[in-house]
Amino acid sequence: MKARIVIQHEPFDLGREVGDLSREGVGAIATFTGHVRAEEGLETLILEHYPGMTEREIARHAEEAARRWTLLGVTVIHRVGELKPGEPIVLVAVAAAHRGDAFAACEFLMDQVKNQATFWKQQRRGGETVWLDPKPADDKRAERWK
Amino acid sequence: MKILYFAWVRQKIGKSEETLPLPGRVSTLGELALHLRTLGPGYADAFANLARLRAAANQMHAGFDAQIADGDEIAFFPPVTGG
Repeated sequence: MKARIVIQHEPFDLGREVGDLSREGVGAIATFTGHVRAEEGLETLILEHYPGMTEREIARHAEEAARRWTLLGVTVIHRVGELKPGEPIVLVAVAAAHRGDAFAACEFLMDQVKNQATFWKQQRRGGETVWLDPKPADDKRAERWK
Repeated sequence: MKILYFAWVRQKIGKSEETLPLPGRVSTLGELALHLRTLGPGYADAFANLARLRAAANQMHAGFDAQIADGDEIAFFPPVTGG
């Protein structure tokens, strides 16, 4: 199974990514798109990452997903840099013959991206920036897969 | 060894990476963190509470008990917040 893993500042084209995963044998493509949640006073989110490790870490989880489920393709695109409320941040798309594998692997991969991939977020409010802490709920979601 | 810092660890130390020889008697990530803590006020602040930090060795998540060697790429950073 091939995994396409991209870290970029630019927006992604959901339709094009889904189209690229579609080919013979694919009967299901599950996608998850994460957006910057608009909150009172939030001006932007600023994301940085560990170039090299981030891609390798996500690739390891894509390989793990391909061992657990029968998959035909995986695409993970994560944006970095400064993003405005409402903008998409992350895309996880999984192609399989059947929807059960596609749904489960998509959720698994998104939980691992949240919990293991080396990204860090700052919120900009009133011109000041503050680093975000991880949410305990995200740890719990990732632990379900152990 | 090459040591990388990310997020507030980078800000407190004031640099994103540096190359240091593996200090004598340092054989684990935790011992390296305790050594770095002694290098100045920024380092002391960044490494004040190891429970708030995570680490990687050669681009793999690693615990503070992990063995390290000269030539490794080491990174220290806060818990991740992507997605």
